[in-house]
Amino acid sequence: MELAFIIEKFALVILIFVVTLVIAMYSTLAERKVAGFMQDRYGPDRAGPFGMLQPLCDGGKFFFKEEIIPAGAHKALFILGPTIAIITACISSAVIPWGRDLTIAGRVVPLQVADINVGILYVFGVVALGVYGIMLGGWASNNKFSLMGAVRAASQSISYEIAMGLSIIAMLMVTQTLSLREIVEQQAGFNWNIWVQPLGFLIFCTCAFAECNRVPFDLPECETELIGGYHTEYSSMKLGLYMFSEYINMFVSSAVMVTLYFGGYNFPFIDSLGLSPNLLAILGMVIFFLKIFAFIFFFMWIRWTLPRFRYDQLMNLGWKMLIPLSIANIVLTGVITIVKDTFF
Amino acid sequence: MDDVAQTTEFGKVLLIGICGTLLVLFTLWLGKLIAPAKPSKEKLSTYECGEEPQGTAWIQFNARFYLIALVFLLFDVEMVFIFPWATVFGQPSLLAMDNRWGVFTLLEMFTFIGILLIGLVYVWKNGDLEWIKPKPQKPTVSVNIPASAYDKLNKEVHIVKSGGVL
Repeated sequence: MELAFIIEKFALVILIFVVTLVIAMYSTLAERKVAGFMQDRYGPDRAGPFGMLQPLCDGGKFFFKEEIIPAGAHKALFILGPTIAIITACISSAVIPWGRDLTIAGRVVPLQVADINVGILYVFGVVALGVYGIMLGGWASNNKFSLMGAVRAASQSISYEIAMGLSIIAMLMVTQTLSLREIVEQQAGFNWNIWVQPLGFLIFCTCAFAECNRVPFDLPECETELIGGYHTEYSSMKLGLYMFSEYINMFVSSAVMVTLYFGGYNFPFIDSLGLSPNLLAILGMVIFFLKIFAFIFFFMWIRWTLPRFRYDQLMNLGWKMLIPLSIANIVLTGVITIVKDTFF
Repeated sequence: MDDVAQTTEFGKVLLIGICGTLLVLFTLWLGKLIAPAKPSKEKLSTYECGEEPQGTAWIQFNARFYLIALVFLLFDVEMVFIFPWATVFGQPSLLAMDNRWGVFTLLEMFTFIGILLIGLVYVWKNGDLEWIKPKPQKPTVSVNIPASAYDKLNKEVHIVKSGGVL
């Protein structure tokens, strides 16, 4: 492997890292601005123009606050919890194709960190690992509220993982590949998977909300019952890491949803514009990010629209609604595919 | 794609993992460097809404969570078996070889999913998916005001002027 290759990959990794972190940072501002808009108030507007410096202030404050590790806590696991949460959140973005290949000075630079042939399984696996962060942190705190939050988080995310996996299977029956890059390439133009898998998308989207612990599935940290849920005992930067991982998860799951169902960086008439490939790659990337932002807004919109579920309602929705529905979706997809192949 | 290429792809994943670890170490180190540290007995005690904390939190919790984890394990393993099937099902090249391929694989998977469904129905009927539902209790107060008076009050409609300045 030549040096230029390693430098190029390293630069790409750093770039994606920085972009992910900046988007996660500004999601916190966007969340409060959207909340303000929905509730007919301004939201943060003091730090810088339109409150643009607010995330920086928040970040700075996290650093300057005293870190408290309760005397009764398991110290090693207490630190390990948020660490796992943020690392799993960060590495899940490795397989997402951000755009078409760029050609810089005769070198082909793919806008994707790693094109693994089991891409979607990788995302699925890393997301499943994320629950360890919450579970460890909540248990190690030695606080009853934290423990309840952690146990809820674990059983909630494993329940919704099944429905999520089954809805992915139905989509794989259409795409017949696990590589995210190939899935995106198949959706060229306007052949988005949402048109063939609308039910699958609905199930996947619901499960993504549950996996991100977003309202209406935020039972692991519901303030009105559990104070802060699994991060009750956390303070300072460790709390910041938990918050951050939640926003990164939201960003990555939006990106995955766009990649799987909304054509990724494709947009209608992409090839009839007659632009140079490099320009198209950049344009595609911009479109991709716009779609992601739309999804992030959707996440926030839902937050201020729906109330939180009760725990038994949450489990009923997961096991008795989404799993049967996703199995029905698989059967339906299979039958339609066979009928189409045999008779048309 | 051959195996060597995939190894390097996972090498890039490792690269991003290393970046993540460095980021966490850096933030924790920076926090340690500039944050004040003045621990006291009260600060380090477990938070229980201002009361004295009672005992440890490392206690037994509801066994239902364990049950859910067990059922999840079974479903997840079954799901892993379906993934490879989904990628070869309805593949044009395999269909072209033998046109019975599609129907055969579909029926095969129906048997498999059927067993999965029987498992779900069994768990469902067994009541393993049931959670204890809260029973709302109406508070009763002994006052001399008849209940109909409250009903009358509740039915009263107040007209609020809209468009007013708050």
